[in-house]
Parts: sequence; C-alpha cells; structure tokens
Amino acid sequence: MFQIRIHGRGGQGVVTGAEMLSVAAFMEGRHAQAFPSFGSERTGAPVVAFCRIDDKEIRLREPIQDPDCLILQDPTLLKVIDVFSGLNDKGYLLVNTSKTFDDLHLRAIVEKLPPGQAVIVPATDLALKHVKRPAPNAALLGAFAALTGLVRFDSVKRAIAEAFPGKVGEANIAAAQEAYDMVLAQDRARQAAPARV
Amino acid sequence: MLKQIEGSHAMAEAIALCRPEVICAYPITPQTHIVEGLGELVKSGALQDCEFINVESEFAALSVAIGASAAGARAYTATASQGLLFMAEAVYNAAGLGLPIVMTLGNRAIGAPINIWNDHSDAMSMRDAGWIQLFAETNQEAVDLHILAFRLAEELSMPVMVCVDGFILTHAVERVDIPDQAQVDAFLPPYDPVQVLDPEHPASIGAMVGPEAFTEVRFLAHYKQRQALRLIPAFSLDFAKIFGRAAGGLLRPYRIEDAETIVVAMGSVCGTIKDVIDAMRDEGEKIGAVSLVSYRPFPVDELRQILAPAKDVVVVEKSIAVGVGGPLADNIDGALRNLDRRPRLHSAIAGLGGRPISRASLRNLFRMAVESPWEGAHFLDLNEHVVGREIHRVRKVRRSGSTAENILRQLALASQLPPG
Repeated sequence: MFQIRIHGRGGQGVVTGAEMLSVAAFMEGRHAQAFPSFGSERTGAPVVAFCRIDDKEIRLREPIQDPDCLILQDPTLLKVIDVFSGLNDKGYLLVNTSKTFDDLHLRAIVEKLPPGQAVIVPATDLALKHVKRPAPNAALLGAFAALTGLVRFDSVKRAIAEAFPGKVGEANIAAAQEAYDMVLAQDRARQAAPARV
Repeated sequence: MLKQIEGSHAMAEAIALCRPEVICAYPITPQTHIVEGLGELVKSGALQDCEFINVESEFAALSVAIGASAAGARAYTATASQGLLFMAEAVYNAAGLGLPIVMTLGNRAIGAPINIWNDHSDAMSMRDAGWIQLFAETNQEAVDLHILAFRLAEELSMPVMVCVDGFILTHAVERVDIPDQAQVDAFLPPYDPVQVLDPEHPASIGAMVGPEAFTEVRFLAHYKQRQALRLIPAFSLDFAKIFGRAAGGLLRPYRIEDAETIVVAMGSVCGTIKDVIDAMRDEGEKIGAVSLVSYRPFPVDELRQILAPAKDVVVVEKSIAVGVGGPLADNIDGALRNLDRRPRLHSAIAGLGGRPISRASLRNLFRMAVESPWEGAHFLDLNEHVVGREIHRVRKVRRSGSTAENILRQLALASQLPPG
C-alpha cells in the first residue's frame, strides 16, 4: 500500500487533488481511497487530505499517520503544524514553492530522504499561468506522477479531465504537463550532476 | 459498473435505482451530499416519477415521508445527529404505524458540546424506536444495504434505517460497483402496501389504543421485527444471486476459526479491525472478529453460537450510554446470558466525536483484554492527564464552569508548553 498525505489551505483544491489522484489510480485498475480531514473547511484554514493506493481492497480507515509521500501545497503551513509528522526515511516530498529548500529551511529534512525523492515545483505559478486561478492541485499531481512513477501521467490527465470537463480541465492539464516536465528535467539534471542534490 | 466515487453519491445513485416516489430532504452534515445527489438526479430527469420535497425541518422531513408512505408511495429521507433527535417523535410514529420508509443515517455525534464528526450516538438514541437498523462497513455495503432495505421494509411493512459512518464513509472516494437498473428491478418488486390511505376507500390508521390492546400491539411489533432475523439472510442470498456479490446478512465473521479472542464491532471500523486481526494472526495470535450488520433486530442466537467457544470477547463501539457503559456491549452481554461457560466480556468505547481509531491503539486494546482485563467500559485513547486535572479542579472550585470549555482551555495551554 502506498499512502499520500496532502497539506494545504481551504480553497487550494486539497481534497479535490486527493480525489483526482484516487481516480487516476482507479483508472489503472488499482484500489484507491481518498478522504479529507473532516472539519469545518473554510477558505484559508489548514486542510489535510489523504489518498491510499493498493493492489487489493483497502480496509483501513485511520487517517494517514505514516505517509509514503507528502505533498505540501502551501509552505506557510510549516510555521503552523508539523506537516512532516510520520514521513518515513524512504518517503517522497513534493513542495509547491517558487523558493528553494534552503530558503524554506528544509535542507535537513530533504537530506534524510533518498536522493531525488524531494522536489519543489512552483505549482501555484503554473496554475496562475494556465488556469488563471491559484489552485495548485492539478500541477502537483503532474509533478507527483513524475516524482513517484506510481501512476502514469496519462491517467492523471484523464482524472483531471473527468473532474474538470472542458476548458478548465484543459488548462489544468497544461499546468500538470509543465509540472511533470519540470520534475523530469530536475531528475535528469540531478543524475547528470550527482554530487549535489 | 465500477466507479471511483464519493460514498454519498454512490448511495444517491443506488437509492435512485430503487425508484423512490417521494424524497423529503432537510440538510445536515454529514448526510447532505446524499440528498443533494438525489436532488440532482430528480432535476436532471435521471430519476423520474419522484417528488423531491424540500421541507423546513427534520421533523417535517419524516412527517412528510410518513404521509407519503401512508398514501402508498415509496418514501425515503436521510438525516444525522441532532436532525434525528428533532424528528424523534416521527421516528417512533413511522415504526408504530408500520410504514416502510427507508432512511439513511450519516452517523454523527450528538451535542452538547456540538460536534459534527462521526460516532454512533445518534443511531443508539433511536435503537428502541422499532426501526430495523443496519450498519455499513464500506461504501459498497452502504449501496447494497439500501437496496436490501427497501425490500425488507416493504416485505415487513416496517421502516429501516441504514447507518453509514459520517465522513469516514459518506465523504470517502473509493471503488464502488453501482448496480444497473435491471438488477435492482429484478430484486426489488414494485411497492405493494399493506395499508393505503385512499379517498376512494376510506380508512384510518393511527388509532388511539388503550390498556386493553397496547401490549398486544407492542408484542406484534417485536414479533414482526424478529421476522427480519429470518428475512435478512434470505434476502441477502437472493441479493447475491442477482448482483453476484454477498451483501448484508445479520453479521459477518472474520477469521474466527479456532479464535480464542473475538472482537465485535459495527460500521467502518470493522475494516481497520480486520487489518489488525491479520497482523496479529501473522504473529500466531488466535484472534478473529465479527462485523455486526443488523443491530436491530439483534441476532442473539447467531452471536451466541459464534461467541460461545471464545475465551475473550472484546466489544468496540462508538457510543456511550452515560451511567451504564457501552450499549452494544450490554446487548452482547445479554446474548451470552445463561451460558454454562461463557467468555469474558470486555467493553471498549472508541472513536467518539470523530476521534481516529488507529491500528496501534486497537492492537494494544486486544492484548490488554487478554493480559490485564478491565472492569466496566474502557475509553480508548482517553487523555487521562486532562481528565484527572479537570476532576481535581472541579472538586476544589464551586463555580468551576463548563467542562467542554475547561478541557479546550487545558489543551490549548498544553500545546503552548514545551513538550514533555
């Protein structure tokens, strides 16, 4: 079983992001379970959503306490809650920011993870560019597909199109495509110069 | 058809396939998405010959359902928590009048203090109202139980409440096999009421009944509900034949062969429990579980047969009958009554007001039941430090204030202190 926890704020499409990811996995014939941290969600308030993916029926109903991948949609949450709680040493980290890990003082956490398993993507910038709305969720799913290889990018595109039919979907897919390409480019650059993460 | 779908929407689709003729709706979290989904299906024309009635309260929602059902319509409504309490009088009336209404309960805690999250307090508050109460473990089961519920309700002319864990199931997006119309039509015949209010053939229902007959009416209500102990397994077999998968049943045992410890629970927590059972079985522990589907009627004989050989029975339930303990544990205790050699019973209260129930806590609980059993009800993951401080404070100060606010203040203070 692979477990993903997404941290963000109300209005950023955190819950929809987890749901679209579960749909992408479902399209590949896998079992997936997406659910929100149930609360009184309000615009701007911290929101957590979860997604589990497995090849067999998922029976577990506890919130994800030991994620294999952490997606941080909003780095301002770093000052508010312990977003890294339970992230294991073999895990993946995906952060939406136009800054660097050093700017965010996350170098120590990144270095605990296997090389290449922590990446940053300016997903909000990409969303503003393509969708004209600061909803970074679709772009982050594109980045997730590139980072983990857990779901195919094609499935992510189809899941986005199902959630957002028409032009909005196309714009979100364009944002996801750019994020996907960015992460693959980062990976190629890292492998070309393995001395520096 | 397999879909990756939110539980509430899956239920709405299944309920629509049952061809309800009147749906009365009043929104309350976490049930709202179900009736919203049904409203969309009526508006789009996907669900035809159905009147969707927005009412002004939960009391009206069930009252309108009662009227519709008495007039011969297949009637449906849904609610949760305080909404169920607000319709309480009508809940008893629907059962007393023998009207086969199906209602979804998106299980949620009851205030005060106000809490929108999941537990089973609402279902327990109406457990003796005369409704059949079925609990769903997954969203697939939630879908299937609704189809079963209409058949059962109409066969017996008795209302059925399908209990679905609020948020944990209603708001989870997962794989659900949505049946097709032909399957549902093959399973569920058109509603053929045993009583109809019809101006062409005037009759009345709802007579006043005095001491000379009230006992007999109540006896027959009890007798009639116990018919469901036979009908639920029969309809479940029928369901499996048509839909190609098992659904319902009175209860479902899991790895109970040679089990010395058996865990009993209802609803979505059974999934987490099964994962814990698998892990403990891998370590050689003789442990199994029972998912109870039918809480009302309570399957006394079936439970006794399964539980009697065990050494320990652990009941995990999401409600507390204040002043007594766990209501499900009490009912299980009753089922084991008068056995010559009966298992020890351990009652645990868990998941109140949405507190997550983790594998780690359950595993500790099951081990503790065998190694160092407790008396009475054990509150899983209780913050004893906070409780102890509050008890101490209330003893010292006469005007000690509200418990809820005091606990929140303590937790806020604690979060500002350095750890340890």
